[in-house]
Amino acid sequence: MLFGMSWDTDHGELAFALSILPILLRGMVVTIEASIAGFVIALVFGLVLAVLKGARSPFISFPARFVAEFFRDTPLLVQLFFLYYVLADYGIILPAFLTGALALGVQYSAYIAEVYRGGIEAVPHGQHEASHALDLSPVRTFTHIILPQAIPRVIPALGNYLASIMKDVPVLSVVTVLEMVNVAKIIGDQTFDYLVPLSMVGALYLVLSLVASVLVNLLDRSLPKTGLPLR
Amino acid sequence: MSWVEYLKPLLQGAWVTIELAALSTVLGAFVSFAAGIGRVSANWLIRGIAITFIETFRGTPLLVKLFWFYFAMPIAGQAIGLDLRLPPVEAGVVALGLNIGAYGGEVVRGAIEAVRPAQYEAATALNFTRRQALWTVILPQAIPEMMPSFGNLAVQNLKDTALASLISLGDMAFRAEQIRNYTQDSTTVYTMILFMYFGIALVLAGLMRLLERAVSRWQRAGT
Repeated sequence: MLFGMSWDTDHGELAFALSILPILLRGMVVTIEASIAGFVIALVFGLVLAVLKGARSPFISFPARFVAEFFRDTPLLVQLFFLYYVLADYGIILPAFLTGALALGVQYSAYIAEVYRGGIEAVPHGQHEASHALDLSPVRTFTHIILPQAIPRVIPALGNYLASIMKDVPVLSVVTVLEMVNVAKIIGDQTFDYLVPLSMVGALYLVLSLVASVLVNLLDRSLPKTGLPLR
Repeated sequence: MSWVEYLKPLLQGAWVTIELAALSTVLGAFVSFAAGIGRVSANWLIRGIAITFIETFRGTPLLVKLFWFYFAMPIAGQAIGLDLRLPPVEAGVVALGLNIGAYGGEVVRGAIEAVRPAQYEAATALNFTRRQALWTVILPQAIPEMMPSFGNLAVQNLKDTALASLISLGDMAFRAEQIRNYTQDSTTVYTMILFMYFGIALVLAGLMRLLERAVSRWQRAGT
């Protein structure tokens, strides 16, 4: 019994598989919610890291580079345990779902900061020079010339990271988030049949990954390569 | 208990982590080349198998694969009358190696396809068989191209070994969890292993860079 739904173990494998499908799909909703929450946090943290890493003063850029490297080179599982237990020791008690989304956001912010930097650096240098020649202010150059050209380059890479985040959501099961893999594991623990639920989760993930890659491809093709008008 | 007393169990765990990372990286390297070369094979059956393997293993989370090899495979084995029970270490190495090998397969394919077509044409003109062209002309030029991505994948794989603690394998993350259960001193123990993972990752990245430099001599100047 999970999410108020029970399973059928008396009428063979097929009936069992059909009876747990709605429960797994309910878990999939949590998986998708956690991916999106983690992705949004990573977008914001990544922006902060990218700006700090690009700072002129080495007193800011060096620590930022270290932090990004540290986020990237340590396991998500350990970061998650750290946030879950250590924050609680200091009186900050977050729901498991939020802690999980925060850990995903921290881990992926380091990758996403690189994506931002790459996108901005890929805009040809002549664009800066032309803006300077036209006497545009640095802020206006950034918002009206550089960003519109950087965004179409960045979006497909961000889409791929969203797909990666989705595949890392099962790690959140260790802090009791009821996402798809945790649901399958619980069903397995109670029925002693791990094969059916785990294989179904694998198949459902394949479908999700396939949909994600098709969406990223479509998005990539529909974005104007010359720049996105930001007005 | 002070942090010095945590060091001994954590270092034992670190050794398991290093063994696990080393074995699965080596397995992953073999799988990468098998899958990547299979992916560009002229034989449609081999190509189909390689594509299916790469897409399946890249499209599913590592934790599903770990659980599948550890919990589900014995049941599948029972159904067909085979004993497929794997001890945690073997299940971990197989799941991690196949996982990183699928990602590596795409790297190998990309590097092989990036070798300029003139090189294939020259090899054909010199009457090389396809196999000779692959081993003596294409791969020596493609391998140095793969190395930066392989470096990233090796670090990725090291981080992934932490998930093996969830199939009761006594690695660093598992030891840390045990100490936390025993002492409730989570800040110290998790700070320690975060820095230990970071240190191992830096050493691994350095080793991969040495390997990169060693194979870069296969690329002649001017090619």
